[in-house]
Parts: sequence; structure tokens; C-alpha cells
Amino acid sequence: MARHVRLLAAALMAGGAMPLAAATGPSDAEIAHIAYTAGALDAAAAKQALAKTHDPQVRAFAETMLRDHEAVNGKALALVTKLKVAPADNSTSQALAAQAKATETKLAALDGKAFDRAYVENEVAFHRTVNGALKSTLIPSADNGELKALLETGLALFGEHQTHAEHLATRLR
Amino acid sequence: MRAPLAGLAVLLLLSPASAAAPRTFKVVIDQMKFGAMPAAVRPGDRIAWVNRDLFRHTATAKAAGFDVDLPAGTTRVSTVTRSGTFTVACRYHPGMRTQLTVAAK
Repeated sequence: MARHVRLLAAALMAGGAMPLAAATGPSDAEIAHIAYTAGALDAAAAKQALAKTHDPQVRAFAETMLRDHEAVNGKALALVTKLKVAPADNSTSQALAAQAKATETKLAALDGKAFDRAYVENEVAFHRTVNGALKSTLIPSADNGELKALLETGLALFGEHQTHAEHLATRLR
Repeated sequence: MRAPLAGLAVLLLLSPASAAAPRTFKVVIDQMKFGAMPAAVRPGDRIAWVNRDLFRHTATAKAAGFDVDLPAGTTRVSTVTRSGTFTVACRYHPGMRTQLTVAAK
């Protein structure tokens, strides 16, 4: 199982798809940690954007990311508490955090339109990667029905976020 | 006396009795989608927007006379004020769009 989580992490780092078998995927505790980490990282990216951008559409997008990801993560925390599952840190969560840290540093050096473009392009890539992971690995691997349902709700939401980011990226080019 | 009374009777027959009382329709928002829009909505009717999602939405069609903020899990009612065909959208999630047709009164 740990090997598969490492493979998922490698794929996330590479930004590619992850064709892993459901039966050998990550545990619910690891899935919960990965999903929560992804949401928290995107909320942090939104806070950085709100501190830097002056573009009303980029601000509105970042506000939506913050509001939605905090809402889903609040629900995820309530669910793991109810299920008495302790989210388990793993190499995928660590890879996501490392990648987000590098992006935050890169974005911190940019301003104005250059920042807006880089933030939104990263949002497209981030949501594409997370949605790919949800579809191919996290949802099929989830054993608990409530966790699976929450991940499916997350996928519906993040799919909309990805489309929103793609439209915004086109406008900013 | 008879003529004015007859005139009053005609007025009563023609006026608001013929305009049906406003109705309230329900539209459920779930999994980032608006549910089916009601048919035969007329100006003055109300729509109860039920947000079953975990996240905040809006039901916005300013041209139709409403812009309703819908925190997660809430139901709020808007009144349709104009006839026509309108796009109803969520201000926070641009991909959420649907069409509402409001018949003439």
C-alpha cells in the first residue's frame, strides 16, 4: 500500500494521471489526509492571491476557492471525527505540500498581471491533478460510503473550479 | 342605479379574480446543479431555492428581478417580477447555469 501511495505522490509531482488499481490503493485514513491537505493548500493559495491581486475577477475566484475549500474541509473534519478515523500523513500529502510550497515561493516574487496569470495557471494545473487523482485513485479506493460520497461531492465542486480557472486563464493570457 | 351596479359587476368579473393567486415553486440545488426549472411560472410567482450543497451558492437572474444568496443548507424565496426567458446562474460558480421561462401575466 505504501508503495502505491509513493507512486501516486510521484504522479502528483509530475502532474500526470494515476492509473492505480482500486483494490491496492491508499487507505481511508490516507485518502482523508490527502483530500484535506489538497483543500487546505488551495485555501492557502487563495489567501496569498487575496493579499496580492487587484483584479476583481481573480479576487472573486480566490474568494470562491477559500469559501468552498474551507466548507468541504470542515465537512471532512466532521466526518473523520464521526468515523473515528485519524487521517494518516503519507508521501502523497507530503508531495502536494512540497509542490505548493515551491509554487508559493515562485508566486511571492511576482506582482500584477504576472502574478494573476501564474496563480490562475497553477490553479488550473492543481485542480486538474487533484481531480485526476480523485477519479482514478481516491474515489475508487475509498471503502467508507460517506467518505466516498464526500469525495464525489468534492469532485463535482473541483471540476467546476477547474473550468472556472480555465476560463479565467484564457482571459488573462 | 341599475346601470352603475351592472358596471361594477363587470369590473369585478374582469379584475383580479381572473389573475390567479401567486404560486410558490421549489427548485433544488444539489451537486453543483440547478434542478429542473418549473414550467408555467408567471410574474408575481415565487421560487423557493433549496441549497442542499455543502457550499454557498446564489440564484441570480437580475433581468428576471432576483439575486438570492444561498448559504449551504438554506432555503430562500425569491419573487419573479418579469416575463421572458432568463439565464439563472450562480455568481460564485459560473458553470452553474440554467434557463427559466416566465410566461406573460
